[in-house]
Amino acid sequence: MDILLSLGQGFLVALEPINLFWCFVGVFLGTAVGVMPGLGPAATIAMLLPLTFQMPPTSALIMLAGIYYGAKYGGSTTAILLNVPGESASVVTCLDGYQMARKGRAGAALGIAAISSFVAGTVGVIGLMLLAPPLAKMALSFSSPEYFALMVLGLAMVVLLAGESMVKALLAMLVGLWIAGMGIDLFSDASRFTFGLSELLDGVDFVIVAIGVFALGEVLGNMERRGEGTLLPVPKGLRNLLPTMAELKACRFAFLNGSVIGFLIGVLPGAGSTIASFISYGVEKAVSKHPEKFGTGVPEGVAAPEGANNSETGGALVPLLTLGIPGSGTTAILLAAFVLWGLRPGPLMIQDNPQLFWGLVASMYVGNVMLLVLNLPLIPLFAQILKLREFVLYPIIFGISVVGVYAVSNSLFDCGLLAAFGLLGYLMQRLKFPSAPLILGLVLGDAMERALRQSLMMSQGDLSILVSRPIAAGMLIVAAVLLLMPLFRRANALRVKAIEENG
Amino acid sequence: MSGASGRHRLANGDLWSGAALAALGGFVINEARQWEYMTVEGPGPGFFPLWYGIAMVLLSLVLVVSALRRSRPAAGHTGTDWPGIGRALLCWAAFTLSVLLLKWLGLILSLALLTLFIAKVMYGKPLKVALATAVGNVAGFYLVFHLALGVELPVGLLGF
Repeated sequence: MDILLSLGQGFLVALEPINLFWCFVGVFLGTAVGVMPGLGPAATIAMLLPLTFQMPPTSALIMLAGIYYGAKYGGSTTAILLNVPGESASVVTCLDGYQMARKGRAGAALGIAAISSFVAGTVGVIGLMLLAPPLAKMALSFSSPEYFALMVLGLAMVVLLAGESMVKALLAMLVGLWIAGMGIDLFSDASRFTFGLSELLDGVDFVIVAIGVFALGEVLGNMERRGEGTLLPVPKGLRNLLPTMAELKACRFAFLNGSVIGFLIGVLPGAGSTIASFISYGVEKAVSKHPEKFGTGVPEGVAAPEGANNSETGGALVPLLTLGIPGSGTTAILLAAFVLWGLRPGPLMIQDNPQLFWGLVASMYVGNVMLLVLNLPLIPLFAQILKLREFVLYPIIFGISVVGVYAVSNSLFDCGLLAAFGLLGYLMQRLKFPSAPLILGLVLGDAMERALRQSLMMSQGDLSILVSRPIAAGMLIVAAVLLLMPLFRRANALRVKAIEENG
Repeated sequence: MSGASGRHRLANGDLWSGAALAALGGFVINEARQWEYMTVEGPGPGFFPLWYGIAMVLLSLVLVVSALRRSRPAAGHTGTDWPGIGRALLCWAAFTLSVLLLKWLGLILSLALLTLFIAKVMYGKPLKVALATAVGNVAGFYLVFHLALGVELPVGLLGF
């Protein structure tokens, strides 16, 4: 009952004209970047984050979250029409979506993707709404050792699933911790890793690293692999985008499967929507009466992964909002957005900022409806984005990146750092170092060091405090098992296979 | 990039990146040793960096050793896409130069030059098209960010 009352108040916030407007802007932009291969929601949110400083925090977060889940809708468009996933989570949609398009059912495939995204996106928000408050209550009993253990566990899961080489993922995370440590120490006045530069005394702003590594790194990577696919025609008219009753009937289980699996996987840090979409596709195929037809253009093959991909968003927001632990690069940037507005996601978030939390949840219901309405009739319009030439798009991204960084501090030094982190992002891509662990290490670095040092202050330097408390010990044991997994050949083979399947 | 040659190239990349990260780890350890490791109140500023510095060195060495142990490429391999890498690095250099020029030229002019460079040099578009793109791009930036959103843009010697 409490939840329904709170949700009602959330709707009052979400339905304010200004918030409706920014929600629309967010989902529209999200769909647009989702359509564009090579520009993801993480890069877009990072670029636009500094530009939202003048907005009220609730409106800004509603817009940024809209970009996050809107991109999931848009990602399917290129997968179906171009056989190129707009987002990594849409890789599996290519299998049946593109085949449907080749058979002249592009409209139905796009329609199924939109409907499935709507159903699963809504289920994901319901899950978030139901799971977040009790989890936050439980986390109220956490102290520094539990928080430290929780962050170690979150990082371990991200590292485990971030790339083929766990060593590289761990190294990327350590570099993130190092960058986070730059500036004046949290507890003393020692300046660390500042190279004698006063500009680094306040540390390196997260936005600079995120924009550099994600946005510029992606553009430079795309610049290296120039190549264009063939766009299949999009049928015009709403009627041509609606699937038949038989197709919808075939997707009944896929809608449910995608919704539930996507949400559950989303709650786990590091797993992400790519894995969620693969698992739901696998489950759908396993329970299908005609598994042999998967890959030839069956609607369930589009509905299940697209649903999982969208439901995952609601799941991913659970640890972010209740524990303050992001599970991916994009949620790490959202965490930074909260921090920039002086808000601290965690167990007290719902209690201290009910308007913001419930407003955000309610806006996601509204945003999902907007996305369905937007995506069905406007798919041909969004597909036109694919015709935008790289020589036009890339300078725009460069420009927005510079404006975004300059808006944070009015410092040209930071713009120089942006160029350096752009090169780092490109080199990481080139050398197959995953970027998510770096970003998470950077975002969690300060909090992790603080939690560790506070824990050791509590115990007067005795490390056993981390293993003598049951919850902390349990989380550290799980983290250790995850990190030691690659030492066991069979387990590592399974891990690598899962990552390879994710593309 | 495929097969043995690809693996070898990657192994080279692993070798150099591992060496660079080992050096970074060594630097972190060296710096951390100059700060207090433990104070009367608890861990000092050197505590956390020392441990992740050590982890960085150890993991980098694992990367270096595994790169060295990898097999050599077969004869006649096609190798890495150096022109592609060159294109990416050239674009990065142009971007960095445009950032360095911000102090004197401001965002509008340096972004116009960068757009012109990307369209004309990197994508081989006709000068007219490149110029139109550059003008359209900076006009859009000025209208959206400066006039509509009121965002402060880097200003050059010419006052814009």
